[in-house]
Amino acid sequence: MSGFLEGLGPHAGFILASYGTAALVLVGLTLAILRDHAAQKRALDALERRGAGRRSGREAT
Amino acid sequence: MASLIDLANPTRFMRFSAVLLPWLAAIATLLIVVGLYLAWFKAPADYQQGETIRIMFIHVPAAWLAMMFYSMMALSALGTLVWRHPLADVAQKAAAPIGACFALICLITGALWGKPMWGTYWVWDARLTSVLVLLLIYLGIIALWRVLDDPSRAARAVAILTLVGFVNVPIIKFSVDWWNTLHQPASVLRMGGPTIHPSMLWPLLILAVGFTLMALALHMVAMRAEIMRRRVRTLTILEAERLDRLAAQGAPA
Repeated sequence: MSGFLEGLGPHAGFILASYGTAALVLVGLTLAILRDHAAQKRALDALERRGAGRRSGREAT
Repeated sequence: MASLIDLANPTRFMRFSAVLLPWLAAIATLLIVVGLYLAWFKAPADYQQGETIRIMFIHVPAAWLAMMFYSMMALSALGTLVWRHPLADVAQKAAAPIGACFALICLITGALWGKPMWGTYWVWDARLTSVLVLLLIYLGIIALWRVLDDPSRAARAVAILTLVGFVNVPIIKFSVDWWNTLHQPASVLRMGGPTIHPSMLWPLLILAVGFTLMALALHMVAMRAEIMRRRVRTLTILEAERLDRLAAQGAPA
């Protein structure tokens, strides 16, 4: 590992920080989008199970 | 094969994207892994910039994607204002956070590359400032979507802001030619072909395609979430109206 870091030269910190930041931003973005997708799917499934799409109350009477 | 017009329908888009997404994600992952391997273990150090050239492999694709997503949003804005395309404002809303993230990555990696090469993290020159303006426009668009509750009203307001902000995209691209700047001129997308050696160009192009496919996959998932959010909104309103009617009739909900 230390050999790898030495191979990156005197600016290893800048290079690793760049890749680390990019990874952090992209993982955060991916998780946020996937969580939002899952939340909307749960909410939609719950509404459809309750028959929320029925346009009038006639079916219930 | 379905035409684009056929896909201009949320139900068809949901079916089509469900099939396409796993393939898009798999190809994106493969290309990013191969690209990173080439960038880290095969591409040589630059004769002037040394090992810091490895920052280019994420900085440049991030810059391209920040501009590409804004251009896609401008096309969607036209779709919203001119053709009232059913998926245009969904596509536009879903693209904004993704483009903003790539603009942020571009700025941060640029600063981390600038310090060892230029001796400073930041200068107020045309290229850097115009990319910062792009990030601020993205944030403004995201904020505007959140301020207005009615999606169709929000879509029209955001579409106008997006089209006005599009003037910044050619400024970013040509800023290095029009003004004196610390930033180097274009070395890949230029008249006369790339000036980068193939040993660096190939990893860059493979990573650019990989990140593009990843961003498009994320965009597709975000569009699916937005379509479902609108369906949830509509169904919630319908359910509330139905419960109101039942209550008025004196029947149990």
